[in-house]
Amino acid sequence: MNPTDYAILSKRQLSENVFMMSINAPYIATERKPGQFILLSVDESYGERIPLTIADADPVAGSISIIFQKVGLTTTLLAGLEVGDRLAAVLGHLGQPTHITKVGTVVCVGGGIGVAPMRPIAKGFKDAGNRLICILGARNKDLLILEDEIRAFADEVIICTDDGSAGRKALVTAPLKELCERTPRPDLSVAIGPPVMMKFCAETVRPYGVPLIVSLNTIMVDGTGMCGGCRVTVGGETKFVCVDGPEFDGLKVDFDGMIKRLQAYRSQEQRMAAESGEHQCRMRAQAELLEKKK
Amino acid sequence: MSGMSPEELNEKAVKILADIDAKGGVLKVSERLAIPAQEMPSQDPDTRRRNTAEVALGYSAAQARVEASRCLRCKNQPCVAGCPVSLPIRDFVAAIAANDFGQAIALIKEKSLLPAVCGRVCPQESQCQASCTVGKSLKDVGKAVAIGRLERFVADWERAQGQAPVPAVKPATGKKVAVVGSGPAGLVVAADVRREGHDVTVLEAFHKFGGVMLYGIPEFRLPKAIVSAEVETLRAMGVKLIPNFLVGRTRALQDLLDKDGFDAVFVGSGAGLPHFMNIEGENLVGVFSANEYLTRANLMRAYEKGRAATPIVEARKVAVLGGGNVAMDAARTALRLGAEEVYLIYRRTAAEMPARAEEVEHAKEEGVQFHLLRNAKRILGDEQGRVTGIECLRYELGEPDASGRRAPVPIAGSEFLLPVDTVIVAIGNGSNPLIKQTTPGLEFNKRGNIICDENGRTSLPKVFAGGDIVLGAATVILAMGQGRRAAAAINDMLSQA
Ligand SMILES: Cc1cc2nc3c(=O)[nH]c(=O)nc-3n(C[C@H](O)[C@H](O)[C@H](O)COP(=O)(O)OP(=O)(O)OC[C@H]3O[C@@H](n4cnc5c(N)ncnc54)[C@H](O)[C@@H]3O)c2cc1C
Ligand SMILES: Cc1cc2nc3c(=O)[nH]c(=O)nc-3n(C[C@H](O)[C@H](O)[C@H](O)COP(=O)(O)OP(=O)(O)OC[C@H]3O[C@@H](n4cnc5c(N)ncnc54)[C@H](O)[C@@H]3O)c2cc1C
Ligand code: SF4
Ligand code: SF4
Ligand code: FES
Repeated sequence: MNPTDYAILSKRQLSENVFMMSINAPYIATERKPGQFILLSVDESYGERIPLTIADADPVAGSISIIFQKVGLTTTLLAGLEVGDRLAAVLGHLGQPTHITKVGTVVCVGGGIGVAPMRPIAKGFKDAGNRLICILGARNKDLLILEDEIRAFADEVIICTDDGSAGRKALVTAPLKELCERTPRPDLSVAIGPPVMMKFCAETVRPYGVPLIVSLNTIMVDGTGMCGGCRVTVGGETKFVCVDGPEFDGLKVDFDGMIKRLQAYRSQEQRMAAESGEHQCRMRAQAELLEKKK
Repeated sequence: MSGMSPEELNEKAVKILADIDAKGGVLKVSERLAIPAQEMPSQDPDTRRRNTAEVALGYSAAQARVEASRCLRCKNQPCVAGCPVSLPIRDFVAAIAANDFGQAIALIKEKSLLPAVCGRVCPQESQCQASCTVGKSLKDVGKAVAIGRLERFVADWERAQGQAPVPAVKPATGKKVAVVGSGPAGLVVAADVRREGHDVTVLEAFHKFGGVMLYGIPEFRLPKAIVSAEVETLRAMGVKLIPNFLVGRTRALQDLLDKDGFDAVFVGSGAGLPHFMNIEGENLVGVFSANEYLTRANLMRAYEKGRAATPIVEARKVAVLGGGNVAMDAARTALRLGAEEVYLIYRRTAAEMPARAEEVEHAKEEGVQFHLLRNAKRILGDEQGRVTGIECLRYELGEPDASGRRAPVPIAGSEFLLPVDTVIVAIGNGSNPLIKQTTPGLEFNKRGNIICDENGRTSLPKVFAGGDIVLGAATVILAMGQGRRAAAAINDMLSQA
């Protein structure tokens, strides 16, 4: 099959606004590693290039899968495509792979759609011989994704929902704190989700000296280190998420600065999404809830 | 500029041409020097600062012939020595004067693949036109024979005649060559290597081909149709063009040779790493690298509001930091996207500005406000992290530095504040480290540029390089020249194998 024919091979709806697709991308399928992502675009002339994590890959079939949430224009257009449709561009694999080693006990926290990028990383740590605890957070039961898939390999799974409709009625930081208080403490933690969630995960583990890896979802343009649009401050230094990341030491990331930069185009994006007929902002709602509860 | 319309400029030229033709084109030196330099017709500044169409409209045939008649046909051709690819300038200019445009373009194409581009974007005043005898005699570089405009004229003339003939390709050799990057260096290599019958594949990270000519240099200076026509010619020659392929990630460079069966690789990956100033406030919302700003505008077409999905800042007061072509392009793009005030902040004087003279002049005409001998000290923001202003320092010129230019020195206590909502940093590009990080054995210098000999041979066998990744941020014509030499070396190597 033509390696630049980015056909959609399968599509599945995981929750109201979350979809899983597999795409023909043989170059990427054979070489990608956990933690890496792609940039895709749905229209050759006018499309935006958006970053999405490679959720899984099948090197034999030459396909990769993505799991995405409808939040704005491009993800809405993407969700409207069907099996047999073609994407205009898929660039990958991008970013540094996760540095996976055997450390002992690893806690992986996934919030909302962040569970999707968390899964290959969690699986990687498990496969490397670590004891794996996963905390999955969502606003409610219907928005919870990939629970069965993660239960299939994790040693322990803790579910949290904002409204208590599944698992505990709590934010993900509550069980994370309890785990940090256990002896022995986790040797490593990983958090992927809305920036505010990652920020509070960092505050949660900091006093216990548990290291934290976060995967940052900044706005990107080229994904190759050429534009600097994805930059964040980490430990006082400017880093480009697309080439230096997406994973960083969560205890050093300037989340406040990052959150502000993520909102740079908010009003324009809302206009564009409104014009396209749909607008959802689940990540923000969840983020605001976390801010309030703090 | 005089503000004369294209029609008026043409009319004047037609009259002068009648005189020249009456003399059978045989003129004395003094007569040639007396012919007025032909002004480039251009869109009116007030109109063009609100559209994205090309600013310079191009000579009429009469203007081109009059301008070409100014050339003194120097025996020693000092102009040729100033051109990085040694175009036969005297001869093609003479062909234009003689009304043989077909001959003129044929002469150019023996040496250059991209005359329509180079005629538009070469820094002629510091290259071919710098040493032109006419400019010297009139003691004004600006009055040299307008070599670039003439080159552009015949290239445009050829395109207007319809599809240029596709260059002949020799029978297949069975050898495979990969070209990394589709900027001017890569495109030239693809053409020259393909002509010898080798199988050529261009691998480009972006979804479109052309490199900086596409994503950096704006439409109003270099229409994208010109670049895509060149790309289509390559396709017609049988060059394979693969987009969305990032060498160093999608595939390691060495794997192209070891696993994918390529017999040679040319790296023309450009200078894609934006420099920032490392000053306070640089990560605020509203601070962009020129690369980001221009890519959003050009490649992602953000200026086509309502159609493009990629947003771009709705800037009202903009500070652009820098004095090169990139800074001019960013400033003029900001105007076209609706900015009310655009300040260009440069720490030296106009004389040291690396931008093409024509672009500086155009920027001024369009209303870009130049703050020379000034530099940014820090960027200020509000609670939402959005830019509110920029604090600058005044500078004065001190002793000449290593580059021979007088070094700018800040004047203590001279801080002043410019209220702006957007800051665009255009202080230059370093080289993208991706290939360096992923290609063991390939040697780079301290600045991150690939080290190679004058034929583009690198420290790795079968790997060649050229363009900005070797030179640092340079020019289209230098990238093209390097591509030419590397392609010859590749062809040479493959013919011996
Ligand atoms: C390395 C990386 C990996 C990612 N992996 C995934 C993934 O696996 N699944 C997934 O669903 N999303 C992922 N994202 C986020 C995804 O890129 C954005 O949701 C997407 O760009 C939104 O595009 P849009 O045009 O639909 O929305 P837009 O119209 O661009 O934005 C809609 C709203 O979402 C917010 N937003 C915009 N960009 C982002 C962003 N990058 N992150 C968070 N919020 C944003 C904006 O504030 C805006 O209000 C990832 C981002 C990065 C950088
Ligand atoms: C805004 C701006 C204005 C300019 N104005 C002028 C001007 O007026 N006159 C002039 O002469 N010069 C100008 N220049 C400079 C000129 O454009 C460059 O010197 C020239 O384009 C360099 O050519 P190149 O072939 O080396 O690389 P580029 O044109 O930079 O092309 C490199 C290509 O390689 C691709 N690439 C990079 N890494 C990889 C990888 N790992 N795998 C696959 N593909 C990759 C990139 O996406 C890009 O398309 C300007 C530059 C800019 C940015
Ligand atoms: S290629 Fe550039 S330097 Fe050479 S003659 Fe043309 S405009 Fe002048
Ligand atoms: S130096 Fe000037 S006058 Fe002499 S041949 Fe060249 S273009 Fe003509
Ligand atoms: S997205 Fe452009 S540098 Fe990272």
